[in-house]
Amino acid sequence: MEFGFTTAAYVVAAVLFILSLGGLSGQESAKRAVWYGIVGMGLAVFATLVGPGSGYWLLSLLLIAAGGAIGTVVAQRVQMTEMPQLVAAMHSLVGLAAVFVGFNAHLELGNVLALDDSAKKSLEGFAYLLAKKSSVEINILRVEVFLGIFIGAVTFTGSVVAYGKLAGKVSSAATKLPGGHMLNAGAAGLSFLCLIWYFNTGGFLPLFIMTLAALFIGYHLIMGIGGADMPVVVSMLNSYSGWAAAAIGFSLGNDLLIVVGALVGSSGAILSYIMCKAMNRSFVSVILGGFGGTTGPAMEVEGEQIAIDAEGVATALDEADSVIIIPGYGMAVAQAQQNVAELTRRLRAKGKEVRFAIHPVAGRLPGHMNVLLAEAKVPYDIVMEMDEINDDFPTTDVAIVIGSNDIVNPAAQEDPNSPIAGMPVLECWKAKQVFVSKRGQGTGYSGIENPLFYKENTRMFYGDAKASLDTLLTMIN
Amino acid sequence: MKIGTPKEIFDGEARVAMTPASALQLQKLGYDCAIESGAGLAAGFSDATYVEAGVEVIKTAAALWKDVDIIAKVRQPNETELKRLNGDKTLISFFNPAGNEDGMALAKSKGANVIAMEMVPRISRAQKMDALSSMANIAGYRAVIEAGNNFGRFFTGQITAAGKVPPAKVLVVGAGVAGLAAIGTSTSLGAITLAFDVRPEVAEQVESMGAEFVYLDFEEEQQDGAATGGYASVSSPEFREAQLAKFRELAPEVDIVITTALIPNREAPELWTADMVAAMKPGSVIVDLAAEKGGNCKLTVMDEKIVTDNGVTIIGYTDFPSRMASQASTLYSTNIRHMMTDLTPEKDGQINHNMEDDVIRGATVTHQGEITFPPPPPKVAAIAAQKKPEVKELTPEEKREAEVAAFKAQTKQQVTLLAVAGGLILLVGLVAPASFMQHFIVFVLACFVGFQVIWGVAHSLHTPLMAVTNAISSIIILGALMQIGSSSFLVILLAALSVFMAGINIFGGFLVTRRMLAMFQKS
Repeated sequence: MEFGFTTAAYVVAAVLFILSLGGLSGQESAKRAVWYGIVGMGLAVFATLVGPGSGYWLLSLLLIAAGGAIGTVVAQRVQMTEMPQLVAAMHSLVGLAAVFVGFNAHLELGNVLALDDSAKKSLEGFAYLLAKKSSVEINILRVEVFLGIFIGAVTFTGSVVAYGKLAGKVSSAATKLPGGHMLNAGAAGLSFLCLIWYFNTGGFLPLFIMTLAALFIGYHLIMGIGGADMPVVVSMLNSYSGWAAAAIGFSLGNDLLIVVGALVGSSGAILSYIMCKAMNRSFVSVILGGFGGTTGPAMEVEGEQIAIDAEGVATALDEADSVIIIPGYGMAVAQAQQNVAELTRRLRAKGKEVRFAIHPVAGRLPGHMNVLLAEAKVPYDIVMEMDEINDDFPTTDVAIVIGSNDIVNPAAQEDPNSPIAGMPVLECWKAKQVFVSKRGQGTGYSGIENPLFYKENTRMFYGDAKASLDTLLTMIN
Repeated sequence: MKIGTPKEIFDGEARVAMTPASALQLQKLGYDCAIESGAGLAAGFSDATYVEAGVEVIKTAAALWKDVDIIAKVRQPNETELKRLNGDKTLISFFNPAGNEDGMALAKSKGANVIAMEMVPRISRAQKMDALSSMANIAGYRAVIEAGNNFGRFFTGQITAAGKVPPAKVLVVGAGVAGLAAIGTSTSLGAITLAFDVRPEVAEQVESMGAEFVYLDFEEEQQDGAATGGYASVSSPEFREAQLAKFRELAPEVDIVITTALIPNREAPELWTADMVAAMKPGSVIVDLAAEKGGNCKLTVMDEKIVTDNGVTIIGYTDFPSRMASQASTLYSTNIRHMMTDLTPEKDGQINHNMEDDVIRGATVTHQGEITFPPPPPKVAAIAAQKKPEVKELTPEEKREAEVAAFKAQTKQQVTLLAVAGGLILLVGLVAPASFMQHFIVFVLACFVGFQVIWGVAHSLHTPLMAVTNAISSIIILGALMQIGSSSFLVILLAALSVFMAGINIFGGFLVTRRMLAMFQKS
């Protein structure tokens, strides 16, 4: 009787999850959508506990409560600038859980197969499911378990490394062991051999070797990817954690796991696609790390970087009617979002039109800038996407670039030899005046010279973004 | 270092290169200032006002030239003045280097550095020191005032109790700085203003000043003004003919003509011919701002005002800026001050004659005993380039065709994708057992729904999306919950750990999403 109820609950939960993701199409509906997700999750857990879960109820609830307490504390304490590392850390947990559940499936399978027919009848729960399987189904199950563990292990170490890079605990530069991608390919080949081995024997050893190989792939793959490509990496890991759940769902014969895994997997895949599109790079080239080769010498940059002081910026802002602010990772690093928001409020109070232009890969996480600005109480209807605002730059008086570099690099359009040629960029140089708040004269993450800084209408506002804005704010009121 | 300004010795020159206001600014750069006694008098600045601004007043020109390191003046220096230079001195002045080879040779032999204010390149950064523009601005304004002075009627149309007064019609030829200033003055006085220029790209500027641009009925690609540093170039004979024909047509209608057409380093082009003058109404006025270079009208007499037989007044003054000495001195001294700012990057009162700088290099005509004129072309293009021709509008048929083609391509792509995907699923179905296929179909459908749903997610909500997918990917907890009831201790342990971790994720993910979403506020 419980099984009928469970399936029904799963259907409802799946619908709720779909609605929860679909609701994110707008800021207002999103607030409701989260509740759909929460209710869906609650329902799913409850239905599993009363249904096929069986046993150790109290332990399960205690563990969930303990985990929940930690999760709650973390969720309340985390700084919005630390979102990327939080997301990466949470991916690693899903990955590890997938590995454990996969191992369990293997162990249970071994236990069940060892039993004789009469004993099988007395089994309950998951073991009961396993016992019903025919030999073909068991083979398929092995492949599913194998895949689930493989993806889970890659997600786990990958996310841990991504977390380290985003939190600044590991150097964010791309580093590879000697041998580079050959090592990855070797580990992947080894895993494949293990799959065949495991398929035929069902022993634990191949599974274990494969796990080690997968852990290595996850580590080495993400180590080889640099800081600014993190938006792609994080969404890719997001996708993997979904696929891992789906693979586990197959092995456990649980449709809800499959549905949710597929939803999350495709969500992450689409995010990765959007990020890659925004950098005009193929997914493969991002994952393999480093920028693609250039086709010729970079265009000579002419002119000089002209500095300006806070007074000059204040005067220009005072005279401007329309202002567009382009935030980047530098704003997050300097924790300058509150100052940016204060500047926005003061300028808006003076009746000026202030808007934000957000490049899809600004920051270290898809939509990172939006969250930071929202935290600083910048109204979301003046925060625009690249496509919405790019045509408005020619009619804008002042564009302020705060801590972004490659996403405003005109070389992407002007210099066919540039490594970022063809990447969609914010055309801020078309504004009448551009101020660039930047720490020093160096190049950005990609090491590409930015001709924007040398343009006639560009003035460099050197200094830490937060300190610079502080001085600027004293002059605007 | 000390910067000084002598009295202008050119006859009738009333301007002065340093005002009390600019002296204050120069002192901020670290310079001491000096002025020859009485130098500012004609421009309305007495010695006392200079003293008040902390400027040293020196009795004679000779003493001043000897005493100071930098000399700032207005007019091209004469031989006596140049002989007072030496290797330690810098002269900043109008110099007319193209027509003043003797002067340059003399300055070179003295070893002095000379900066010619008319040679400041026309780039945005140098606008603040572009003395030609500031002087032209004054000339344009004053030209209209002089014309009004000699014109017997109102500029603006009026209907009075004593009868109706038609508005004056003013034609401005050449819409450079002077031309635009003249247009602005003329329209603000209420006259109907027409303007002409050989560079069609200035039409927009003309119209923004409130005048009507006179278009020629002429099909020829005009040379891009930007290519010649923003100045007009020589036009083709055919173009000239079309232009003169247009002027002939306008001549009987207009009351005032202000010509400002100059081509760098050439005789002024003749644009207002004798027969046009003859066609004008008696009492009309022509102000020829090109008189110094021979005039745009051949009847113009330099520095004089003449009246033709048919009663047309032609004004050929060349000293318009000097006629507004106070204003002109204020602007010119500010140009000089900006030049000094660029020459003194450290603000320490020491000149840093940086020949790598486009502006300084361009304006310098002699440097350390070398003639450095003419300068190499500046590295940055002068002004906005002419607009590129618009992309051809597609006809409705072409548009339709393109749409159909795009639709077909899309259909083809979709059908191929569906066929391939369908084929793959069928293949899987051939080998896999039914129980697997059930799940597989659920999986494929879920992927499909996922793709459809996620495309609709707003870009700004990508971070909350990641957090919420993170939370729901903890659905893996279901797997762990199903396994936790096992008989094997190892399985229980691993499952318990999984439940614990998923628990962190569920709560952390949902709560952080809620926190983020609560922050998004509408204005």
